[in-house]
Amino acid sequence: MRFLCALMLLVGFAAHAVEPSERLANPALEVRARTISGELRCLVCQNESIDESGADLAHDIRLFVRERLTAGDTDTQTIQAVVNRYGAFVLLKPPVEPATYVLWYGPPILVVAGLVGTFLWLRRRQAASADTVPLSAEETSRLDGLMRENDG
Amino acid sequence: MITELGHFALILALFVAMIQSTVPMIGAARRHLGWMAVGRSCALIGFGLTALSMLALMHAYVTSDFTVINVIANSHTDKPLLYKITGVWGNHEGSMLLWVFMLSLCAAAVALFSDNLPPALRARVLAVQGMIATGFLLFILLTSNPFLRTFPPAPNGNGLNPVLQDPGLAFHPPFLYLGYVGFSVAFAFAVAALIEGRVDAAWARWVRPWTLASWCALTVGIAMGSWWAYYTLGWGGWWFWDPVENASFMPWLVGTALIHSSIVVEKRDTLKSWTILLAIITFSLSLVGTFLVRSGVLTSVHAFATDPQRGTFILLLLIVAIGGSLALYAIRAPALKGGGLFAPISREGALVLNNVLLSCACATVFLGTLYPLFLDAVGGPKLSVGFPFFNRTFAPMMVPMVIAVGVGPMLAWKRGDLLGALQRLWVAYIATALTVLVAFYVTYGGPVLAVLGLGLSAWLFAAVLTEFAERIRLFRVPLGDSVRRAIHLPRSAYGMTFAHLGLAVSVAGFAASAYAHEAIEILKPGGSIAIAGYQLTLEHVDRIPGPNYTADDATIRVTNGGEFVTMMHPERRFFPLQQQTTGETAIRTNLLADLYVALGDSDTAGDWTVRVYWKPLVPWIWMGAIIMAFGGAVSLSDRRWRVGAAARGSRREAQPVPAAGE
Repeated sequence: MRFLCALMLLVGFAAHAVEPSERLANPALEVRARTISGELRCLVCQNESIDESGADLAHDIRLFVRERLTAGDTDTQTIQAVVNRYGAFVLLKPPVEPATYVLWYGPPILVVAGLVGTFLWLRRRQAASADTVPLSAEETSRLDGLMRENDG
Repeated sequence: MITELGHFALILALFVAMIQSTVPMIGAARRHLGWMAVGRSCALIGFGLTALSMLALMHAYVTSDFTVINVIANSHTDKPLLYKITGVWGNHEGSMLLWVFMLSLCAAAVALFSDNLPPALRARVLAVQGMIATGFLLFILLTSNPFLRTFPPAPNGNGLNPVLQDPGLAFHPPFLYLGYVGFSVAFAFAVAALIEGRVDAAWARWVRPWTLASWCALTVGIAMGSWWAYYTLGWGGWWFWDPVENASFMPWLVGTALIHSSIVVEKRDTLKSWTILLAIITFSLSLVGTFLVRSGVLTSVHAFATDPQRGTFILLLLIVAIGGSLALYAIRAPALKGGGLFAPISREGALVLNNVLLSCACATVFLGTLYPLFLDAVGGPKLSVGFPFFNRTFAPMMVPMVIAVGVGPMLAWKRGDLLGALQRLWVAYIATALTVLVAFYVTYGGPVLAVLGLGLSAWLFAAVLTEFAERIRLFRVPLGDSVRRAIHLPRSAYGMTFAHLGLAVSVAGFAASAYAHEAIEILKPGGSIAIAGYQLTLEHVDRIPGPNYTADDATIRVTNGGEFVTMMHPERRFFPLQQQTTGETAIRTNLLADLYVALGDSDTAGDWTVRVYWKPLVPWIWMGAIIMAFGGAVSLSDRRWRVGAAARGSRREAQPVPAAGE
């Protein structure tokens, strides 16, 4: 299936990710810019971050991120500025809000429920087998008789 | 002419599949041996027919028959022969034909290698396979026919997407599809067992080799896809949590759970109904994956709505197959009585934990892949669910999982001694602690999580070796005895050891990817970049003609401390037909780390953007996957599964190692 994925990523092939010309002179700012770009989605690609994508749009967003950082924005402010411009769809990490509660809380709840459920199921099975009524004296002697018959 | 033959063969295959799905089923119900035997002949004929139609399409591609619409859309006379052949499945119609071809291959394999199956079970299994084939043959013939013609012929074709013109296309899709479709056998076995109402150790023993084989193929297929992405994309990423990747990863996760739960059915005659459910879900997820990729629903929910024919058809197939099998399960499963009891701390308990974690992990991937589509479809906000989500949800589930893989095989069946097992793993504690300390010291100031990941890998590696050493009683009995035990150990035991070692190797690769370095510079010929002790000098860039492209080929001299290491040749290829440029990276590996070079754009002054990456342990990701698949293959070669092996009971007692299972 990877080849289909590659198909969708086509847009990203005209060029490669981050261009040297985009880089900021201040290395600390550049590191922050790279971290932020890694978590922003290139809107015209499938699941590629703008840090990885070679699309023109990704280039524009990378420059925009660097502009904001140079202007003195914090990381959060910068990301918010990008979201204001392009919508929450750019966030590779979906925000935690009522619409995404299922997404974020579903997996941990599932694990806990799965483990607890399995444990209870095992306990119940063992308890059920412990309830088994032992054979009565009459049954035992009859069983012995049958066994002897079999051996002979 | 040959194209028509292929077309007719496919239509005939549909009718054969219809017979295959009905006659043996009725025969099994009425205990009519002759009718049951029809299944076998149909499966073999069906395979012959689909193979014929596959070959016919290949013929059209190789001879560049431009009266076939599919060839016009995806081929070109200048295309190298390899891509004329592999291009057959580099498009929607052709890849569906490959899908059906693999399905018929599996059915034929079941027909050939099932002499030890009761005839009724075999008939039902083949009938279920026939039903799946019927559905997909109808899909191809009605909505995605690769044999449609046009007249007059086109002067030439549109060519294959340059990205797909890579040897990866020859191997990745066939392996992936073999894995996907191979799970249909387990599915067919599960449905047949539900119809019969009987699941026992023998059943588990029959299904297991098929599950193992498909799992191996899927493992190789996914690993190849990941490697292909790695060397193609130009920045060294190897997994993107892309919906298309997730589509193949979900069946792998549940398939892995299935392999483990079927062990419990075989050894302890319990967890039957759960195992049946897993078999159904595994193949259902393969179908869901096909739907996701083939319906266009991924690009956008609305794209699906504008061209709904294919999507609706697959959705319908999905509902019938999944809904039908689950309904059957709901009716018949309660009748399956669970057998052997076991304590939570036991080998069975460990395998159940594996199943819970793998299933939850799969559910997480499912949620992350489909929730955005669901939200979009019901008019909610548009979301992207990317790697940060999966890193925060999927990864934490895998940590306890990997830890447990080290302990589980040390526990006894029924009731295990956890404390004892943990004591016997002392070597693993030392290995973990040493690895963490050394990694922390060497990479001081680097990512801490990666250090823990390496520790996890060391833990698993050492624990697996400890388990193996215990099994052959190394250092407890004379060495000669240990060697003899090792020789007589069943292949399935070796299989498990290899598969788990492979996981450890891959985990190290995943963890160490956090240590990758990059250097991106604009170089003039003669300029150089330094990375990880290497000096890379761009000597010159030449324009070289290729078969259907022109390449800018860079010659880069790599030195280490002044000493010559190698010459590397990253390229940029321009395909005039599609007006597209692709990158061809150059990778130098010493199996411990990759030196990865990609050539970027050139500017008007003749300077080139060069990207260099140093990626420690990255080859281990795929080496680990190959070791895992090798483990599966070794386990597959265990004589227990072989045809006729069932009647071998007396010889078994002669083996000196008792209870040596998984």
